Amino acid sequence: MESVIERIEKGHFWKFHGGIHPPEMKFLTKDKPIRPLAMPPELTIPVQQHIGEAGKLIVKAGDVVKKGQALTQSLMPLSVPVHAPTSGTIRAIENAIIAHPSGLSELCIKLTPDGEDKSIARHITPDYTSLSKHDIIEKIAQSGIAGMGGAGFPTHIKVNTHAQINYLIINAAECEPYITADDLLIREHSTTIADGINILDHLLEPAFILIGIEDNKPEAIKALQKATANNDKVKICILPTKYPTGGEKQLIMALTGKEVPSGVLPSKLGIVMQNIATCFAIAEAVIHDIPLTKRVVTVSGRALEKPQNVWALLGTPVEFLLQQCGYPEQQRKHIIMGGPMMGFSLPNTQVPVVKITNCVLAPSEQEIPNDKHEVECIRCGQCADVCPSQLLPQELQWSAKANDQQQLETLNLFDCIECGACAYVCPSHIPLVHYYRVAKAEIRQQKQLDIKAEKAKKRFEARKARLEREKLAREEKHRKAAEARKARMNSGTEQANKEKSAVAAALARVKAKKAQTSNTENVENKELASDQQDKKSQVAAAIARAKAKKQAAVQESSPAQTESQPPTPENNQGDENKKAQIAQAIAKAKAKKQAATSQDTEVENHEELNEAVKVAPVDDKKARIAAAVEKAKAKKQVAPEKPSELDTDKTEETAATNSPADDKKARIAAAVAKAKAKKLKEKNPQSAPTTVDASTNEEQEKEVAITPPLEASEEKSAQALDKKARIAAAVAKAKAKKQQAESK
Amino acid sequence: MAYWIASSPHNHIQGSTPALMRLVIYATIPGILAQWYFFGWGNLIHIGLALTTALVAEFTVLSLREKKVAEQLFDGSAMLTAVLIGISLPALAPWWISVLGALFAIVIVKQLYGGIGHNPFNPAMAAYVMLLISFPVQMTSWQPPLALMSIPLDFSNTLSVIFTQFTFDGYSLEQLRTHVDGYTMATPLDTVKTNITLGLTISESMNNPVIGEYVGEGWQWLNAAFLLGGLFLITQKAISYVTPLSFLASLFICSLIAFLVSPDSNASTLFHWFNGATMLGAFFILTDPVSGATSVKGRIVVAALAGFLVFIIRKFGGYPDAVAFSVLLCNMAAPLIDQYTRPRTYGHS
Repeated sequence: MESVIERIEKGHFWKFHGGIHPPEMKFLTKDKPIRPLAMPPELTIPVQQHIGEAGKLIVKAGDVVKKGQALTQSLMPLSVPVHAPTSGTIRAIENAIIAHPSGLSELCIKLTPDGEDKSIARHITPDYTSLSKHDIIEKIAQSGIAGMGGAGFPTHIKVNTHAQINYLIINAAECEPYITADDLLIREHSTTIADGINILDHLLEPAFILIGIEDNKPEAIKALQKATANNDKVKICILPTKYPTGGEKQLIMALTGKEVPSGVLPSKLGIVMQNIATCFAIAEAVIHDIPLTKRVVTVSGRALEKPQNVWALLGTPVEFLLQQCGYPEQQRKHIIMGGPMMGFSLPNTQVPVVKITNCVLAPSEQEIPNDKHEVECIRCGQCADVCPSQLLPQELQWSAKANDQQQLETLNLFDCIECGACAYVCPSHIPLVHYYRVAKAEIRQQKQLDIKAEKAKKRFEARKARLEREKLAREEKHRKAAEARKARMNSGTEQANKEKSAVAAALARVKAKKAQTSNTENVENKELASDQQDKKSQVAAAIARAKAKKQAAVQESSPAQTESQPPTPENNQGDENKKAQIAQAIAKAKAKKQAATSQDTEVENHEELNEAVKVAPVDDKKARIAAAVEKAKAKKQVAPEKPSELDTDKTEETAATNSPADDKKARIAAAVAKAKAKKLKEKNPQSAPTTVDASTNEEQEKEVAITPPLEASEEKSAQALDKKARIAAAVAKAKAKKQQAESK
Repeated sequence: MAYWIASSPHNHIQGSTPALMRLVIYATIPGILAQWYFFGWGNLIHIGLALTTALVAEFTVLSLREKKVAEQLFDGSAMLTAVLIGISLPALAPWWISVLGALFAIVIVKQLYGGIGHNPFNPAMAAYVMLLISFPVQMTSWQPPLALMSIPLDFSNTLSVIFTQFTFDGYSLEQLRTHVDGYTMATPLDTVKTNITLGLTISESMNNPVIGEYVGEGWQWLNAAFLLGGLFLITQKAISYVTPLSFLASLFICSLIAFLVSPDSNASTLFHWFNGATMLGAFFILTDPVSGATSVKGRIVVAALAGFLVFIIRKFGGYPDAVAFSVLLCNMAAPLIDQYTRPRTYGHS
């Protein structure tokens, strides 16, 4: 450490890699005193002017504010408030274009000055040492001070470090061409700056204070030497002019020979850096209780008639500054906020001056031409020679154009400080920095997406693990409960025996039920078991009858004839009208179905079904059952190639639920339908549709010979329902068997 | 009112790639003048032929590739290639040698690889090597310095030899190359190489009239002129001193070691430096950024390798000169060398 100071005292400094010597152009403004400006007609104060979070608004449109009154409140550590630069009325709080390369709009407070410039009460503290460190830091924070060199990092965070500070470096390099704001500020306010430096000294207690200043500011150097003569810690380091000496890492390298490792804050090395304009603001805030509401802005460029430095209130539109410096209409081509190396183009002149605005540049067309014709890179390597971060700009450029993010990170893209030296020297006029900015943004975006995806994956895996865990726990619980039960049952107590028998009974019941369900296919069994044999048998009979008719119809194989037949039984039986009607409907439908080939569409079948329903309007329930049965059958017929048992079952189920009162009947019908469906299904897959039809017809012919007489006798003996039912069932069974045999 | 929106940095050096190329072309002027003074009009004619061919070829390919012809045709890169081809050819080579060379350099070596900035090999040297391998007789029939020639050669006669192989008086190239004493004159490098195989020592070879007063009649001044042009480029910051220095130092060290070990069978360092295409290679060929290494360290390695190869091929190879071969070999090695010579980024260990 001793050697560092010795070297500095000898005026020997380190060299950082690269750097360029662009035309300084500082002569345009360096000899003009800082001019206070008239009050602009309106101030546009962006709520956020620093890095970090915006403060919370504490005023609203229409409020009357005084100079120095806080307009926002900082609630988070990384936020600083903004203040009213003058007294006036808040006209509106709305979005306006802010000083940012994106040209995006953000929330701004529009303040109309009243011209009185009335200030809030100030508490001047001539002796800052009477304040505690905490109070000073609080004052700095409440005064809205953020780094005025360009980045706008909240100052109170930087000065509130607990690290042992060896070097407090004051950055007065001002290496960008054109800008003389700091130069003039030092010349005119060196004592206030010295106060600010002393306050920082008091807060940070560094071993040495190094003021880095380029040798192109001799008057400022003299002023600083004079103002800081009483502080032995202060060393004024006069550095050779080279861009970008004012870069934080470059200045640290030049003054101390230390490299700040990538991704590490300088405070880790015991170094804190503050801009010289920030020192002025600190002194103003701590001693004079004046918040940061104005700053020195260099308004320069050959397009202006009177380039100069001005005291601009924060929020002053650039247009107002340019007017004050004479900006002829025909020269209006290009406005840059900041220097020519790192500044950004403004989309219009309404953009306000903010805390980090050190320069507004209005170059003439000859000065900064807009004729950047990018040509192919010839790998000349001049970019690598001037890069202060020792990157390989041309290789970065290849990778950026190829969007090779992995390679970009290997080449340390994120160590690029965007100083623009590479693009400045590029003979092919490649906007290198622009490519890097785009690549950086893309990588950041990709990283965010990756983080999101990673989070989603974690969430999913956590959920899976939880479900698995719960399942295991549940199983474990069940197993334990079962074991406990078993143990209890086997314990031999009376209660256990009871439980055992109860379980056994339950099991028996379940078995019985199962047996019953399996028997539903057997119509006979079911009929015997059921209480309402009447109804059931009626349905069965109807089905049987319908079948008979259907067979007859098939024989005639003419839909017209089929339709003419049904009325006969209807007339004959007065009492059983209803039944007959249903039967008729079913029969009709079946007949049609049979007549139709396997190519029949479902639509047709539905139509037929509808007809059937119309014919049998009297007994709704029964009809519905029949319809359901029919539907199921029809469906099966239509799609014999790909029969879906599941669908059929569903249809049957629906039919059953449609007639809750006639549950049993429905079930019987369903069973019958199911049986038939099975038969058909068994048959169909084995032979081509035409063959199926042929065989069915043949068989049905046989049936017809037997069935009609039976049917007739049944109908006449209306009382012997039992028998009828049984016969019907038998018929169904027989048919089923025949069909089965046939199919085999 | 719409203002310009541009990305920083807004200001820029005035230089551009075409300007850089033009500067390099201007820097060849001393060398070309020396060539003209000592060897006559031959190379100037070849430069003219190569320039025309190169521009026509460049125009055709750029049109086919639908590039901005007006902008790229005169960016100087094709012209520089043509000038370098014209300089490096034997002065009295037939006209189609330079035409073929320029065509090959522009169409195949440059444009087929993607045009300016994308060619992995130096176009001029690739064309030279192609010609040397394909037409060894024409490419090794070097014209002796005018001072040594028994038959005077003016502009029209040179033109005649290049286009018809004979002067107006009917002398063939072979006759032109014949010394008054009746033997065919070769370049100093060739002479020394042949003499060593004949069992002559270096000091004996140095008495040959083609060597002249110092290390090579005509050739020494030619190299000195290119050295001058190269130094001009360095002062203009058009090229970095790193590459020529590394190349010449490497050649110096290699030849010095060989000379110290066996002075009878190894020519002196000065002989190596001021013969053949050494200075042209050091300042105009190896400094071609496109086909070279990108980092400073990489350039030092590439140039040192080139110097070493030049010495090895001159000493042990079948060809008297070796700059073109070693440049091509180094072009091939450059990407790999780049891979291992990346600078350490600030803040990284």
